[in-house]
Order: sequence, then structure tokens, then C-alpha cells
Amino acid sequence: MRSDRSQSAPTGLKIAAAAGLAFLHLPILLIFVYAFTTEEKSYQWPPPGFTTQWFAVTWGRADVWQALGLSVQVAAISTGIALVLGTLCAAAVSQTRFFGREAISLLVILPIALPGIITGIALRSAFSLAEIPFSFWTIVLGHATFCVVVVYNNAVARFRRTSGSLIEASMDLGADGFQTFRHVILPNIGTALLAGGMLAFALSFDEVIVTTFTAGQQQTLPIWMLEELVRPRQRPVTNVVAMVVVLATLLPILAAYYLTREGDQIAGAGK
Amino acid sequence: MTPAVAFQKTSRHFGAVRAVDAVDLEIKPGEFFAMLGPSGSGKTTCLRLIAGFEQPTSGSISIFGERAEGVPPYRRNVNTVFQDYALFPHLNVLDNVAYGLMVKGVGKDERHRAAEDALKLVQLPGYGGRKPSQLSGGQRQRVALARALVNKPKVLLLDEPLGALDLKLRESMQEELKQLQKALGITFVFVTHDQGEALSMADRVAVFNDGRIMQVGAPEEIYQRPASRFVADFVGSSNVLPPDFVQRYAGQHRWGSLRPEQIRVRSDTSGDGVAARVVSRHYLGAATKLSLDANGLRLHATLPSGTAVPEDGAHVMLTFNRDQLHLMEEQA
Repeated sequence: MRSDRSQSAPTGLKIAAAAGLAFLHLPILLIFVYAFTTEEKSYQWPPPGFTTQWFAVTWGRADVWQALGLSVQVAAISTGIALVLGTLCAAAVSQTRFFGREAISLLVILPIALPGIITGIALRSAFSLAEIPFSFWTIVLGHATFCVVVVYNNAVARFRRTSGSLIEASMDLGADGFQTFRHVILPNIGTALLAGGMLAFALSFDEVIVTTFTAGQQQTLPIWMLEELVRPRQRPVTNVVAMVVVLATLLPILAAYYLTREGDQIAGAGK
Repeated sequence: MTPAVAFQKTSRHFGAVRAVDAVDLEIKPGEFFAMLGPSGSGKTTCLRLIAGFEQPTSGSISIFGERAEGVPPYRRNVNTVFQDYALFPHLNVLDNVAYGLMVKGVGKDERHRAAEDALKLVQLPGYGGRKPSQLSGGQRQRVALARALVNKPKVLLLDEPLGALDLKLRESMQEELKQLQKALGITFVFVTHDQGEALSMADRVAVFNDGRIMQVGAPEEIYQRPASRFVADFVGSSNVLPPDFVQRYAGQHRWGSLRPEQIRVRSDTSGDGVAARVVSRHYLGAATKLSLDANGLRLHATLPSGTAVPEDGAHVMLTFNRDQLHLMEEQA
């Protein structure tokens, strides 16, 4: 008997599944709990008391706002670059045939397969070689390398599902290139771009490794958190920030998931 | 009279592949023209050359007297019904049909009215609000037709439009397309690999093979008087007769053809005729088709139902009217 759906799973399997899920998600809850602890020097379990004072403290800290602002800007611009380049590249690879097409497809995807540390070192040496000072824009470039992949993967999957004759039909009916893009291509790949863009944003937002190598004095939010962990004062502030970030990113990711679940999966989400 | 479409020594080569090779062709205004041929014979490339999706490697194309080389598809007064229909999945039927008018800047009310009229023309009134995914294959086909016709093209191109439909639907669509073409008076250029479809629908047929036109003519002409072995063979199972055989009966050393229904089969083996043996029989309803072996030459004959059909393996005598043995232009 292959699949009797009404039959329930064995108790052992249920426990194993519950344990697996608990292992994945309990630590996140722990982060939330420590955001309310009264102990500020170490993570003590059980928390000696609960307070909401850290929310006010966090609100008042200028370094938090600075790091958050930088991260949002970097993520937004990297995603913007990725949306343009990724879409153009996906269109070229899926709509036309040319020599080396498969190779280009592979080369575009490679940055996400490479360990971040390799990308980071490579970019750092390239920037030094070209005597480009580390700045906001070097961080953006570093993030764009993997953001492009996410958008590309989503767009290419959608392009493949979209019949090429739609574009010909549009031209045949009198639409020029721009009108065809606006009225036929964009509506058909729109949700894929939205999903790809959200993922790209999320990836950029919590990127540490590549950022470490391509940033100058700037601190993005994840880098700020790392530094904060080794300081003894006001530790729960980090937890408050973490909690807000988790809640703020969860919603877009869920939305992206629901937008693309019919058909193509969110490729490259594993970085 | 200016031809609707004219090809002059038109070629389209893809690298070493000569998809269309020095084709000369004139399609008359108001004509129902079929391009018939096996896949890869160049008929679809010819259609794409007229639509503007392909540009000729050499030679020229004109549409109603205007040179079309270098003119993009969106500046040609020509519309296409695609093989896979290519309906826009994100638009409803009404907006699909109105698309051509929308990109030309026609106002919403006016274009929706025109689209509604076009839907009536293809007998889908009231279907405007549906999405293409909610339609059957035959309905999608009609929407594709309406979407093309709403632009009032001078030439309508149809790429294997009936290929995806089942037999019964195909037959009724053939009838409908033919009537629509008559009523509208638009030049229809129709690509198909189905010889029955080409012969029954078209005013004239061009038979393609290897990027060239083998023969152009009215269906009766193509059927009765094929110019070459390829045409005889492809357009409806004519018996192709080798030069030696033809020499014996018509006195000329040329390739010949003979329609299966023009062969008479006699069980009495005495007297004049071509001796043959029955290899197999196929009952077709209105007729029975016999496969025959005449001393190594494979022949087909159709017997109308009601006549006596010889057994498999029986020895028979074949006779035919010598006037009906058609000598082909192709040299021996």
C-alpha cells in the first residue's frame, strides 16, 4: 500500500518531526525572551525579571538608527540593480539562442554557489587593485553580485513558462518593443520580479561576510549586531533589534512565497 | 492588379540551412491561399517572412505593392493567428481582442465595442469577461481569430490554426473559416501540413519541399496533375509510375502518376492489363483501398463500396484509361 492519506503517522515519527521543528525555531523564541530580560550584562537563564525598558533604550540609540538606515539603503539599491540586470540577463538567456548561452547562465548563478568568503576576498582584492576606496558603493556592489542571481533565477523560471509567441503576438498586433514590455512582458513576470526582489532585499539585509570585506568604516545592521555582542552593556538592545528585524522581514518573505508558489520555486533562497 | 503578397527570389538562410530558397510567389488579393508541405519544408518561414518575424537573406517581399523588407511586424497591416494561439494569459478575452486597438491608442469604449463585434463574428458573444485559461481549445482558436480580425488586416496569416483541434471540431472550423474569408474578402494565407485541409479550403495551393515551391495551382490541378513525384506522393497518395512503366503505356520515357480511383481491378486474369497481386486491403467506409504488387511496383487502387473485393494474395488484372495517366513535368 503506497499512500493512505487518512492513516496517521507513527508516534515516533511525529515526535521526531516536532523535535526537528523545535530545534529550528526555539532559539528564535529565546532571542525574543532575552529582549525583555532585566539582566543586561550576560544572557542568564532563567531571566531574573522582565521589563520593556529596552525598547525605549533602543529607540534612543543613534548607532542603531544609523546601522538600520545604511542596511535599508544598501539593500534597496542592490535590489534595484539586481532587478534591472537580472531581468535583462534572464530575458537574453531564455528568449534567444546564442553561442555560450549555457555558460553565461552558469556564470551568472556562480556567485551564489561560491562561499561568501571567496566572493568577499575576491572583491576586496579587486577593489584594492583598482584603488577604489571602500565606501557605501563597494558594499552595494558586493551585495549586487548575489542579489542579481536571485532575481535572475526567478525571472528565468517565469520567462521559460511564458510562451515566446506572446511577444511575437504583441508585435504582430502593432505594439512596439516598449509597449510589448509594458503590456505583455511586465504583467507576466511581475510577480516573479516582486518575489525575487524581496528575497534579494532580505539576503542583502542580513549579509555579513561579503560586507565585512567590502565595507570601510560603515556598519550595516548585522555588522553592528556582531560588534554589540562583545560589549558588556545594554545587551538586550541587540535582542530588541533582532526581534524587530525578524518580524519586519517575515511578512515580505511569506508574501513572496505565496506569490510564486504556483509553479516555480523560489530559487536560490539558500544563501 | 497588384498582388496581395509577392516574393521575388526570396531566400531565408539560417547558417547553412536554406529554410526558404529563392522562392517566387504571388498571392492574389482576396484569395484563400494554402502553403502545404511537410515540417521543415519552409512554409512556416514563408509565413514569418510575410508577418515580419523573419527578414529575407536575399530577394524581396512586397505586401500590396509596398516593399516589406526591414519593416517591423508592428508596422505591417498583416495579422497572424498563431499555432498555439498565443493569447495573453493575464488579460481577459475582451482585452485580448482589443489589444491591437489599445496599442494604437483607441479609446476604451470604442475598442471594447469593436472587440465585442469581433467576438460576435467568431460566434463567441458574451465571452469577453473570461480568462483564456477558462476556454476550450476551439474557443481559444476563435478568440485568436477575433483578435487578429479586429485590426482589419489586409492579409491574415494562419499558422496551422487547426492543428491542435480534434477531427470533428477541425471540420466545422474549416467550414467556418472558409465562410468568414468569403464574407470579409480578406486575403487569407494558411500554412498546413494536412493535404486534405489545403485542398478542401484553399483557392490555390503552394506545395513546399526543402525550402522551395514544387508546384502552385488550384486544388484540382495539384491533385489531378502533380508536376513532380514529390507532389504526387505528398498530395494524396497518387501512384507514382516509373519512366519504364510509362513508356510501355504512354509511349514516353517520363515519370507519370495515376490516381488510385482511376485504376480498375478485374479478377479475370485473361486479356489485357497489368498483372498484380493483392497485398492487403483497407476498408475505408465509402471505399476499400487495395495495396497491390505489380511485378515489384507497389500500386494503390480504391474500389467504391458495393463492388466485389478480391481476397488477399489473389491474382488480379489492372486496367486504366490511358488519358488518365498523367505525365509529370519532372524529367526522368
